[in-house]
Amino acid sequence: MSQKIPIVNINENLIVSFLSDIDDTSALELQRELLQRIHEGKITGVLIDLTVLDMVDSFLGRMISNIARSSAIMDAKTVVVGIQPAVAITLVELGLELEGAFPALNVEDGIELLNELKKLKYDFGGIDEETGNSSEYKD
Amino acid sequence: MRRQEILQNIKIENNMDLVKARQTIRTIAKDLNYSIVNQTKLITAVSELTRNVLVYAGKGEIIVELIETATQKGLKITVIDEGPGIPDVDLAITDGYSTSKGLGKGLSGTKKLMDDFSIQTEVGKGTEVNIIKWVDSNKL
Repeated sequence: MSQKIPIVNINENLIVSFLSDIDDTSALELQRELLQRIHEGKITGVLIDLTVLDMVDSFLGRMISNIARSSAIMDAKTVVVGIQPAVAITLVELGLELEGAFPALNVEDGIELLNELKKLKYDFGGIDEETGNSSEYKD
Repeated sequence: MRRQEILQNIKIENNMDLVKARQTIRTIAKDLNYSIVNQTKLITAVSELTRNVLVYAGKGEIIVELIETATQKGLKITVIDEGPGIPDVDLAITDGYSTSKGLGKGLSGTKKLMDDFSIQTEVGKGTEVNIIKWVDSNKL
């Protein structure tokens, strides 16, 4: 038995909201499905909303970090929002900093951050936003 | 120890028992008026220890006890399994050490979150971990 965690696609972002505490199997399924959907579609960002979670242990922390770092090498950025203060304190004490994920306070800020990150990529990556072609370096 | 009373026994047999264990500790810690931070630390510690049992031993048991001294009140939680045991305990509680899928934060992390932590283990026989968290714990 495992709980399905809904993944909502808005524009080029995938939004994941945890609805309750989840078991390890569901967490691993989520990781697999997210990466599959990034691979299939035109996804540039993943937003993970942890508002309801009153606990993120080393397993869940590692999974979130894995999602963020795997997404990154598939060219999608991950933003984590809604971390409760007590969860933040505990994560830091455990030495888990959710490596690879960008933090934001809430869903609204998170979406804005994802859009900014996407813009940055075009600004600094030498890629023409219209054509998608790399621009040549000029001395 | 002025008072010691078993509040709950939780069997660990599968993945869903891990969620159930967290829920049980959450409820008990709330009832005892632990601060939100200490509730979170307790739930996290029990989650780490329970997962260790599932990963290494397959099954085990959690005993939750209320303990009271002249000056303070808290929970003593014992997590027992009859798994393979830990050959080198000192290494196992070293920060960052792991033989399995974790990041090596399981035992060392649990120790950091609790007021008291002890472990007895014998290769081939099993492992018993005892943790204590006082209700008014101010440990940073």
